[in-house]
Amino acid sequence: MDLEGQGRIQQVVKQNGTDGVIAVLGANSAAAVEMTAVTIKSGDPSYAGPLAGIALGIPSYHILEPEIVGQIDPAVYDRELALSALAMDIDEVIAPMRTIRESGA
Amino acid sequence: MKLQGKRVLVIGERDGVNAPAIEACVKSAGAEILYAETLCFV
Repeated sequence: MDLEGQGRIQQVVKQNGTDGVIAVLGANSAAAVEMTAVTIKSGDPSYAGPLAGIALGIPSYHILEPEIVGQIDPAVYDRELALSALAMDIDEVIAPMRTIRESGA
Repeated sequence: MKLQGKRVLVIGERDGVNAPAIEACVKSAGAEILYAETLCFV
């Protein structure tokens, strides 16, 4: 996640708090998903951006995780996600999500 | 985890699922969008 994005998220959280807030990601690689999820939960691991050392504690989910997909209107899923789901190795991309959510890191 | 009533930070990716597509999906499940951005990893 770039530095400007971190700053914008920090601002949004300052204005709205973190109650009932989650992040939903759409990246297509496990590495990108992991980096973003860790940044939003525990702070910027590269210590370069505004979220360095700031643990927002916000859990992340991938839009193609089964527990998320199951809640989406099927017509919207077909229109917005079906093609991406075919092009992505979903199991590999979502593999880090549960571990990061459940870890204390 | 129920999306209904959640407040969502949408972080899409140009080469994966972009933010507008994620927004449409989570809104259809009853969530509120707080922030949406499409990242571009190069």
